[in-house]
Amino acid sequence: MSWIGRSLPRLEDPSLLKGQGRFVADLAQGAAAVKFVRSPLAAGAILGIEKPDDGLVFTADDLVGVKGIRPLLHRPDYVPVSQPVLAKDRVVFCGQAVAAVVAEDQGLAEDLAEQVFVDIEPEDAVVDFAQALGEGARPVHPEAPGNVLVEGNIRTPGFDAAFASAAEVVALELRSGRQTAMPLEARGGVARFDPLTGRVTLYASVQMPHMLRTGIADVLGFPESDLRVVAPDVGGGFGQKMALFPEYVVLVWLARHLRRDVAWLEDRRENFLAAAHSRDQVFQVRGAFAADGTLLALEADLKSNVGAFSCYPVTCGVEPLMGLAELPGPYRFSEYAARSRGVTTNTCMMAPYRGVARPMLTLTMERMMDVAARRLGIDPVEIRRRNLIETFPHRSPTGLVYDEGSYGETMELAVKALDLPAFRRQQAEARSAGRYLGAGFSVFSERTGYGTPAYAARGMDIVPGYELVNLAMDPSGFVEARIGASPHGQGLKTSLAQLISDELGVLPSKVRVIAGDTDATPYGWGTFASRSMVISGGACKIAAGKVAERLKSIAAAMMHVEPEAIRLADDLAYAEATNQTVPIGEVARAAYHQSHRYPQVGPGLQEQALYDPAGTFSNACHACIVEVDVETGGVKIRRFVVAEDAGVLINPMIVDGQIHGGVAQGIANALFEELVYDEAGNLLTASLADYLPPTIAEMPSIEIEHLVTYSEATITRAKGVGEGGTIGAPAAVINAIVDALSPFGIDLFEIPATPQRIRDLIRNAERTHHV
Amino acid sequence: MSDKHAVTLNVNGKDYRIQVEPRRTLADALRDDCGLTGTHIGCEHGVCGACTVLVDDRPVRSCLMFAVQVEGARVRTVEGLAKGEELHPLQKAFWEKHGLQCGFCTPGFLMLATGILEAEPDISDEDLRDVLSSNLCRCTGYQNIIKAVCAAASEMRACQPSASL
Amino acid sequence: MKPAPFEYVRPSSRAEAVAALAAHGDDGKAIAGGQSLVAAMNFRLARPAVLVDLNGALDLDYLRPEGGVLRIGALTRHAAFHRPVVEGPLGVLLARVVRNIAHYPIRQRGTFTGSLAHADPASEWCLVSRTLGAQMVIANVGGERVCAAADFFKGTFTTAIQADDLLVEARLPLMGPNWRSGFFEFSRRAGDFALAMSLAALEIEGGVIRAARLGVGGVADRPLRLEGLEGQLVGQAPSAALFAGIGEAARDLISPTEDIHASADYRRDLIRTVVKRALTQAAS
Repeated sequence: MSWIGRSLPRLEDPSLLKGQGRFVADLAQGAAAVKFVRSPLAAGAILGIEKPDDGLVFTADDLVGVKGIRPLLHRPDYVPVSQPVLAKDRVVFCGQAVAAVVAEDQGLAEDLAEQVFVDIEPEDAVVDFAQALGEGARPVHPEAPGNVLVEGNIRTPGFDAAFASAAEVVALELRSGRQTAMPLEARGGVARFDPLTGRVTLYASVQMPHMLRTGIADVLGFPESDLRVVAPDVGGGFGQKMALFPEYVVLVWLARHLRRDVAWLEDRRENFLAAAHSRDQVFQVRGAFAADGTLLALEADLKSNVGAFSCYPVTCGVEPLMGLAELPGPYRFSEYAARSRGVTTNTCMMAPYRGVARPMLTLTMERMMDVAARRLGIDPVEIRRRNLIETFPHRSPTGLVYDEGSYGETMELAVKALDLPAFRRQQAEARSAGRYLGAGFSVFSERTGYGTPAYAARGMDIVPGYELVNLAMDPSGFVEARIGASPHGQGLKTSLAQLISDELGVLPSKVRVIAGDTDATPYGWGTFASRSMVISGGACKIAAGKVAERLKSIAAAMMHVEPEAIRLADDLAYAEATNQTVPIGEVARAAYHQSHRYPQVGPGLQEQALYDPAGTFSNACHACIVEVDVETGGVKIRRFVVAEDAGVLINPMIVDGQIHGGVAQGIANALFEELVYDEAGNLLTASLADYLPPTIAEMPSIEIEHLVTYSEATITRAKGVGEGGTIGAPAAVINAIVDALSPFGIDLFEIPATPQRIRDLIRNAERTHHV
Repeated sequence: MSDKHAVTLNVNGKDYRIQVEPRRTLADALRDDCGLTGTHIGCEHGVCGACTVLVDDRPVRSCLMFAVQVEGARVRTVEGLAKGEELHPLQKAFWEKHGLQCGFCTPGFLMLATGILEAEPDISDEDLRDVLSSNLCRCTGYQNIIKAVCAAASEMRACQPSASL
Repeated sequence: MKPAPFEYVRPSSRAEAVAALAAHGDDGKAIAGGQSLVAAMNFRLARPAVLVDLNGALDLDYLRPEGGVLRIGALTRHAAFHRPVVEGPLGVLLARVVRNIAHYPIRQRGTFTGSLAHADPASEWCLVSRTLGAQMVIANVGGERVCAAADFFKGTFTTAIQADDLLVEARLPLMGPNWRSGFFEFSRRAGDFALAMSLAALEIEGGVIRAARLGVGGVADRPLRLEGLEGQLVGQAPSAALFAGIGEAARDLISPTEDIHASADYRRDLIRTVVKRALTQAAS
C-alpha cells in the first residue's frame, strides 16, 4: 500500500507538543545578549553617535572591511543599492540598525542601548508613491534619482489593434496596504564561537541557511567553511525569513571579534520595524472587452513600494517582475502591454511574502472580471467561463507555459459547493430583512516549483531553483535523506518521508530527513515559492529510486532472481514469482558488509540526486459568502470554499493545513492587517495592539474540495500549494463584499477593506442617492 | 540593574530556587532560570498568547507577570502535560487533527485549552471559540486547533468521573 | 522588550500598601493585575522605580453587595464577573460587559479597579462606572475619601488618584428589579479595544421608561454619560424610532477622538449605531 496520499500524522509533532522543540531562543543559554540601536528617524544624516563610557557598543566605524549587502539583477533597468550592515553616514528608514550593544542579558543590553544617542540631521521622508515619484522628489538613494530601483516593460505586437476593437474598456486602480508576514517566532540568531578552530556556528531562524552562509561569508570576507549555519525548528517564516538581514552579519562579526557566543533574539517591536514588510502596491489596469465578455487585451501600470533596500538574494525585483509576468493569471487573452516599477522609499525593506504579487494581481483581475460582467450584463461566473484557459499547454502573453490544470472545473466545483442559486434566494430574503449578504469568487493560478530557468530569465545574479538530496540507507535499513531545502514548519519532513517510503518499501518512521544544517546537507535553496515538495520531493524520489535499484539488485542476487522481479514493500524485498522474501535490513547490511559479493552494485547504499524542473501551475477557485453590517462597516465571513487542484497530494492533511493557513493570511490581507507609516516615516503600527492578525473568532470554517490533474510537469505529479490560500482569498472576500453592497452601487478597490473604508463608501453612496 | 531576589518557583510540581531581578518576567524565568523552554515568547505585550501558562490552574500571560509575583503559586507549563511518554488528551488531539504546523504557538494554545477545559468541562463550542480567540496562530488558520480542542474536550469529559454518584 | 529595572515590594495588607505608596511617593506604582502596566513596562513606556504589588494584600480581595451598592475590592479580577455576582440586573449587566474585556487569560489576572485606575478611554469598566454613577474609594495614609465617577476620570490615563493614593474599592449602585441593560461594542476583532461602545440601562414599568442611564465609551478621552439624553428617554415608550433618534442625538453631541483605526468622523458615525443598539438590547 502506498504511503503517498495518506494523512499521516506528522513525524515532527511529538517534540513540539511536549515543549521540546528547539527554536533559536531555546539555544541561547550562556550567550551574551545583543541589542540593536535603531534609527528613530526615517531619513537623515548621522552627525554623531554618543556612546556610554562603559559597555560594549559597536557602530559602523568598528566594522572595518565589512562590505554592504548588495544584491544584483543583470538587467539594464535595475539600480543596485548597497545596504550597510550598520548605518554609516545616513539613515534611510525608521528602525534601521545603527549600533549593536552586547551585555550579559537582554535587560542589561536594553539598558545599555538606551544610553547610545544617535545625532541625526533629519531630512524629509519619502514614504509613498506620490512622494517618491512626484516632480522633484528627493532621491532616497543618490544612485537612483527617480526612486525607481527596477522596471520591467512588455508590449505584445497586436496590442493596439486588439485594444482598439474593444466594446467596453474597464479601467481600475487597485491598492493593497502594507502587510508583514509576522511569524509567531520573530527573527533571531545565536552565534557560537569555537576558540579552537575560530569557526562560528550560527543558529538562526531562517528559511535559506545555505544562502545565509554564502551571504555572510561574502560580506565579512572569509571562506564559507569558517561558518556553519543551522536553521533549527523555525517558528514560521512565510518569506520574511528568506533574506540576508544585516543583524545576522553583525552577529557573526561580533562572535568572531569578541571570540565569544552572542545571541540576538528579535522582539516583536523590532520585527514590525525592521524585519521585511510586503504588499504596498498600486495596480492600474485597463481591460479591453468584447461585447460577449471576452477579454481581448490588458494594459497595466504596476507600482510596488520596495522600501529602503533591495533584499538579498532575490532583490527588490521579486514583486514588480512577478506582477508583470503573471498578471494575466488564468485568463486566455494574448495582447498585453504593461509597465512595472519597484519604487524605493524611506520605509522598511520589502521581501517576498507568501503569495508575492499574486494576491494583488488576482485581486486586480478578479475585480476587473466582476466589473466587466456588471457593465456588460453578464453573470460573473459566466464571464470567467468565457475567458479561462482551457487548452494545455497554454502560453501566456509573457511567455509563461501553463501545464495541465483545471481552471474551469475548479470554478464549477466551487459554484456547486456554494449552491449559488440557493444563495441568491437567501440573499434576496436577507435583503428584505435589512441584512446584506454577498458571494464572491476568485479564480487564480499559482506558479510553483520552478527551477533555475525561471530565475535565470529574471536576470538574477544568484540563480536559485534546483535542489540536491543525499540519500542513504544505513546498514540497519534506516534511511537518512539530507536535503538542501529547509522547512519552516510546514511538515516537509513527513511528506518527504512518505514519498521516500514508497520508493524504498520502508515505514516512514524509518526515514529521517535532515535539513537546515550547512554541515550536514548539500547546498540548496530552502523554503520559498511553493517549491519544497515539488523540487526537493522530486530529488528525493530520484535519489530513493536509485537506492531502490541498488537494493533490488542485491536482493535479486541474494534470492537468485532478476532485479526486475523484486518488489520493495513492508520492510521486505519480495521475489514474487518464487515467493521468497528477505528483510530490507538484511539487504542493506549485505550492501555494506558483503559488498564483495555484489561487485556489479558496488558498496553502500548512498545516492545523490538533483532536480531542477521548469515549474508547474497549481490552480484553484475560492468562493466566499460574507455579511456586511452596513451600519458599522463590519464584515463577517459566513462561508469560505476552496476548490483546489495541486496535482497528487502526498499528505492531504498537510495540504489542507497549508490551504487553511494561507486563506487566513489572505483574509488578513483583505480585512485586517495594515502597517501604517505617518508622513514623517514613523511606523504607527509597531505592536499587536495596532497590527491586527485575525484570531479564531474572525476565521470562518474553510471547506476544501480537491481535484487532481495529472501533470507531467513534475516527476511526483505533485504541485506546490503553499501560497494559493493567500493568493486567492483577498479577491474572493472583496468581490463578496461588493456583491453584498450592490444595492448601494458601491465598488471597492482597496485592501484591507476596513470597517471605516466600507462605512465611508456606504455613507458616500447614501449622500449621493439623497441628492 | 536592581538587586536580585531569591524566589522559589513551583513548576509542574517541582520547586526551582532561583535568583532574579524583580524585572524578570515569569516567561523569562521559566525559560532562562528554570530551563523550561517549552513556554515561548512571541510578543511580550500580552497579545499573542504564546507564553500562556497556568498559575494556580488559571491560564495567564507569563510575559505580563514577574517571577517575584509567583512565589507560593503553582505554575504549570507544557512540559508538565504529558505523563511520561503518554501524551495528554489535548496533545494527542493536536497531533491527530494536525492542530500545529510550526509549533511555536502550540504550548500556549495547549495551556489555554487545558485551563479552560479543566475549569469548564462542559463549555459550549461558541464559548470555547471565544476563549481560544485569546491566542494567535499564524500557520493553521485555526481550523484544526478548534477541531483538536473539541475532540480533546469530549475525551476529557468521557474520562472524568461522573459528578452524580 | 525587557522592563527597566525597578524595586519590588509586596505589602501584606491594605494599610501596608498605602504606607508603601506614601513612602515612595512619585517613584511608587501600585500593581494589581498588571495587564496594561506590565505591557507598558516591557515597552519601557512605563518605568516605575518601585512596584508596590497589591496581590499580597488579601484584605483587598472582596466583592459583596452591602448597603445598596456592590463593593468591589482592589483584588477583584475581571473573571469574577463571568457569572452574575449579585442577584438582579446589575449582575447580568456586568456579566454581559465582561466578555468584551480583552481575552480570557487577561481577565484571569486584570482587576476591576485596576482598569479604573489605568483609565484607558476604551475601558469597559470605566464606561460602566461612569454611566452607573460609581463611587471610588481612594485611600492614603491620611485616611480615605470617596470620589464620584463624574469627578474621577480626568482624561486619557488620568484620574483623581494622586501619587500617594490607592484606589481600594469601587462601589456600584445595585439596580432594582425593573432595570434592564444593553451593551454594544464595536471593535476590529474579538477582544480589541472598542472603536465605540455604549452602555444603556433602562428602568421600564408598564411599558414606559421610568429612569435611564446612557453612556458612551471609546470615543473621547474619558467615558461619557449622556445625562441630557437620559432625560429625553424618561417617560417614553421604548421604540425603534425613539432609540434611533437618541442615537442620532448622541452622535451630534460628541466630538470624538481619532486614531489609526478610526477617524473622528467614522467614530461619530459609529456612536449613533452603538447607542441605538445598546438601547434596543436594553429594551428587548
